[in-house]
Amino acid sequence: MEMYRSHVLVCAGAGCISSDCKSVQSALREHIEKTGLENEVKVVETGCMGPCDLGPVIMIFPDGVFYRKLKPEDAVEIVNEHLIKGKVVTRLLHRPVGSEERVADFGQLEFFKRQTRIALRNTGIINPESVEEYIARDGYRALGKVLSQMTPQQVIDTVKESGLRGRGGAGFPTGMKWEFTARANGDTKYVVCNADEGDPGAFMDRSILEGDPHSVLEAMAICGYAIRASRGYIYVRAEYPLAVDRLETAINKAREYGLLGENIFGTGFNFDIETRVGAGAFVCGEETALLASIEGQRGEPRPKPPFPAQEGLWGKPTVINNVETWANIPPIILNGAGWFASIGTEKSKGTKVFALAGKVNNTGLVEVPMGTTLREIIFDIGGGIPGGKKFKAVQTGGPSGGCIPEEYLDTPVDYDSLTKLGTIMGSGGMIIVDEDTCMVDLAKFFLEFVQEESCGKCAPCRIGTKRMLEILQRITSGDGRQGDIELLEELSRGIKSSALCGLGQTAPNPVLSTLRYFRHEYEAHINDKKCPAGACQALLTYYINPETCRGCGLCSKECPAGAITGEKKKPHVIDPAKCIKCGSCKQKCKFGSIITV
Amino acid sequence: MSQVSLTIDGIEVQAAPGTSVLEAAKKAGIKIPTLCYLEEINEIGACRICLVEVQGARTLQASCVTPVAPGMVVRTNTPAVRHARKLNLELIMSNHPQECLTCPRSTNCELQQLASELGITEIRFSGANPSYEPDLSSASLVRDPRKCILCRRCVSVCEKVQQVSAIAPQERGFNTIVAPAFLEPLGDTACVNCGQCALVCPTAAIHEKDQTAEVWAALSDPRKHVVVQTAPAVRVSIGEMFGLEPGSVVTGQMVAALRKLGFDKVFDTDFTADLTIMEEGSELLQRIQNGGRLPLITSCSPGWIKFIEHFYPRLLPHLSTCKSPQQMFGALAKTYYAEKSGIDPADIFVVSIMPCTAKKFEAGRQGMNGSGYQDVDVVLTTRELGRMLKEAGIDFNSLTEEEYDHPLGISTGAGVIFGSTGGVMEAALRTAYELVTGRTLPTLDFKEVRGLAGIKEASVDLNGTVLNVAVANGLANAREMMDRVKNGKRYHFIEIMCCPGGCIGGGGQPIPTNKEIRTKRAAGIYSADESMPLRKSHENPAVQALYKEFLGEPLGHKSHELLHTRYTARGKY
Amino acid sequence: MKSLEELDKLRDRLQQEMKIRDKDYDVAITVSMGTCGIAAGAREIVKALLEELKQQGLNNVALTQTSCVGLCQHEPLLEVTRGSEKTTYVNVDQEMAKEIVRKHLVEGTIVKDWTAPKK
Repeated sequence: MEMYRSHVLVCAGAGCISSDCKSVQSALREHIEKTGLENEVKVVETGCMGPCDLGPVIMIFPDGVFYRKLKPEDAVEIVNEHLIKGKVVTRLLHRPVGSEERVADFGQLEFFKRQTRIALRNTGIINPESVEEYIARDGYRALGKVLSQMTPQQVIDTVKESGLRGRGGAGFPTGMKWEFTARANGDTKYVVCNADEGDPGAFMDRSILEGDPHSVLEAMAICGYAIRASRGYIYVRAEYPLAVDRLETAINKAREYGLLGENIFGTGFNFDIETRVGAGAFVCGEETALLASIEGQRGEPRPKPPFPAQEGLWGKPTVINNVETWANIPPIILNGAGWFASIGTEKSKGTKVFALAGKVNNTGLVEVPMGTTLREIIFDIGGGIPGGKKFKAVQTGGPSGGCIPEEYLDTPVDYDSLTKLGTIMGSGGMIIVDEDTCMVDLAKFFLEFVQEESCGKCAPCRIGTKRMLEILQRITSGDGRQGDIELLEELSRGIKSSALCGLGQTAPNPVLSTLRYFRHEYEAHINDKKCPAGACQALLTYYINPETCRGCGLCSKECPAGAITGEKKKPHVIDPAKCIKCGSCKQKCKFGSIITV
Repeated sequence: MSQVSLTIDGIEVQAAPGTSVLEAAKKAGIKIPTLCYLEEINEIGACRICLVEVQGARTLQASCVTPVAPGMVVRTNTPAVRHARKLNLELIMSNHPQECLTCPRSTNCELQQLASELGITEIRFSGANPSYEPDLSSASLVRDPRKCILCRRCVSVCEKVQQVSAIAPQERGFNTIVAPAFLEPLGDTACVNCGQCALVCPTAAIHEKDQTAEVWAALSDPRKHVVVQTAPAVRVSIGEMFGLEPGSVVTGQMVAALRKLGFDKVFDTDFTADLTIMEEGSELLQRIQNGGRLPLITSCSPGWIKFIEHFYPRLLPHLSTCKSPQQMFGALAKTYYAEKSGIDPADIFVVSIMPCTAKKFEAGRQGMNGSGYQDVDVVLTTRELGRMLKEAGIDFNSLTEEEYDHPLGISTGAGVIFGSTGGVMEAALRTAYELVTGRTLPTLDFKEVRGLAGIKEASVDLNGTVLNVAVANGLANAREMMDRVKNGKRYHFIEIMCCPGGCIGGGGQPIPTNKEIRTKRAAGIYSADESMPLRKSHENPAVQALYKEFLGEPLGHKSHELLHTRYTARGKY
Repeated sequence: MKSLEELDKLRDRLQQEMKIRDKDYDVAITVSMGTCGIAAGAREIVKALLEELKQQGLNNVALTQTSCVGLCQHEPLLEVTRGSEKTTYVNVDQEMAKEIVRKHLVEGTIVKDWTAPKK
């Protein structure tokens, strides 16, 4: 590495890549060279910085200035003004919602200020392809520490005392998992990283893999030492090609430095890691299905017990944790269990990364201490609801979770509080919906997802979710029947209590929780054939406001059903018997005369 | 290991560690309904019918896959359990065509039975059903995925018991279908047609190709002289179709029933089983004397033949060139018998009653027309015969026993035991011993090769020559046997039967067929053998006459033309 | 990697170059880079400063720029900030810049002569 007076960090997380950060980066590099700054200014490609809706984003150090929504054309100005003259380019700064001023220093933005980054400590700050940058930020010191100063049992005790729980779904205490595996009979044991992140909207694991792959490798090696395993597998989905690349690069670099492989730190400890690329089945995030998939079998869950800690990969005791869980391990080792346990709530320690999505101003990734309230996450960090709309609910935990309505916004978020509200922490997806969202439709969306992703092994999930979906489909298309709600509840209870795996057992949650908080919306669909949010097309009635209709005839030309008639320059009318509720007339009307109720 | 103590429905139960709650309950006399469960073969917890409450568990547990644990408290009959079982069954039924009245498995369908037991009186769910077309590509089996409830018993049998893996779950979720890879037609795959899948299918999602209509047509055609042959194992199982105990020997009633159906002659495959011993025994002795390829491996089981053609083509020279008894019979019916009875072979229609679905495929193999005509016209399974008899209104159980017709109905006990694993070997040993040593066997029973064990080995001293023999049944065991041969283990003679237990456990046998039933049928076979006046193939007078009048000698020119065949190496998929 | 000590040594070296991202520095040198400053040669001053900082192995110094501070006749001009103490050097050339690093930053002595406009 070399010394520079300035570092330009260009976010190359997937969000920024999709908004073409690559062109911005090459324009910056090009102009830096043109102006002869290449020995003074270093351009670093990093993983995801978090505020994905603002991409492409960059940060310039030492000042820590944050620029957002860049275009390649902006490079010249950034170089000429900021890098040469030290003048902040104000027009490229972010202006938070509701604020008059643009903010230069990223540390002053609420989005960053309120975060506590442990799992994401390096993501967006370092070059993920450089093991040196990872080492510079204390990388592999935790591994060195356990190998030279701790016994395997001390490592397990530290993880236990930290209170860390699995960040992928059920929240099982990580240290206990390690202990069970360490105590299981057998000489061969495995360490597996679950990187088959599949919840709609959740991408923290991808960000960590893409932004800080070494933190996962280091953690797995630490676990390998603790449970006496010498081999690890990272099961990563094929839809994450960049993560796969970065992991491969990281594994090779770590091997070069002797941080993986044989006789690590000269202690005689051997550990190596391989990646396995999954074919994109959601259910492979379920641990037994994941293990089957690594073994080359059809990716399907099997009954537990035996748990992977007893019989895992190829029948051997196996620790399986997800990416975010792993990323917490090195700081716990370095800073101690007490430090970690001092963050968070009584039963949920540390921080949690959430992926904010949906109707919220700042979409992206945020890491906050457990116990932060939903309001803080959604309104202070997330910047609230766009377009002056009203908050309606937040769906947490993906398709296995449920929704939380406004009255519970002040709930401190942890595993237990979410469970009490009928939802789960899951992998940390948060989808915010506003008043325009129909909750029946939302439940239908998630059920469509689980239905599509059911592996097909057990009957209640395979057929039950299909039947639930069919009932929701008829409710949202105006054909709901009396008794449908009760049938949904019966199916939900049945599937919950009898499906084979965790995914099946939680598949009805979106329906149960919307029924719990928004039952009246279901009733309105069934009894009054109305969608209170005005979202279900089939339940809308279209009519033309005769006061404002100018009789231009555009709508009647557009109508594919021939349902609109009227004389030129006189108000037109829609024949409700012919109207197929496609909405094309409404889009076409220049006078806003077509109204739906 | 010490026993685990648990409580099921308030009863203290002791069970070995590793036992499932289902098994433990069974021992305690508590019946838990099951659907996908197939003991030792398919224990996957997929159907969620055998659910029970386990104290402390968050959800209901599938008892077939839940191991017993010390102090476990299980309840098998609570409102939650009953409700969940019924709901899951109702869901399965909502995805199953409501065609019971016209279904070939009606009244012998586990789904139907369970629906009645659990008291399902209404299906409240209507909705989409996968719309896969039936697969009619196989000569032996029909797959009807619409009726499949995805219990996967067929998959497990094919994968574990037979190690063929011709079918597996394809696609995912609601569209899951059990089918060959890439949804290829079954007839184009390495499926060996053994029909074990059909035997374990709880519904009619896989069943034999029904050819009863062709037989009805022949029987009512005045120009046709319709003869029937009955395989050894059918006589101990056909009674089950009429409520008799498995293993009941009903040879005489069966012969009477076949006559009532209108067959012109009722013959016995046992006759050609005896003939097989003459040919195959001679082939064995010849190979031993001339330094031919050893071990010699039997060739009467068509599922096994297709298996070795697909998976061990290099070992094909080990196979006996003898056709199976069914095919020898067909060839002789349309030559020797035609000549003897003065009937134009073109008018003779040969029907086989077989415990086997693979025989349907075998009848259509290349070279199975030594007579100048297709040697065997139609093969019916035991199940199809049962259906014809019912359709004809024949009161099977009250029939008076009748005798087979001459000459192709004359046989010995050695022919009968072809129906059970080890039988061909025992029959061959009875003859080989006497032919080689010139002495009469002191006892006819070669007990080492009897029984349902997957692999049996024995050494027999024939006048100083020690014959090392082995017997395998079920293709997983056949595979093990072939690997032993490949690895240089030395045998002289190996009998292989495709199906577990041999033909008594054949894929065309009555449903259910399980370990207990196979044991009873095997016992029937050996008791039938014991009751025969002649029990050695070489003593069969009709076989002796056949050589004298027609064939000349074993392995002679005519034999080669009519009774021997060739094999084809096939790909693995 | 043979030991934790070896890793720590490597880390210490690598940290020098990464420190810049921590916004955690003791001293800032701010070079005035208005049009006037650049015309007077401020670009070269920045380069010289960076070179000397590397030479001295100083990683706790932020080297930044600012726009014209209104003392155009004194350009090139730079300001050294340490805590609340601010020192402005004027009419700096490359050699002076290096000397400022050595004297002011390393030894801690302000080069008083250069802090006022030349007579």
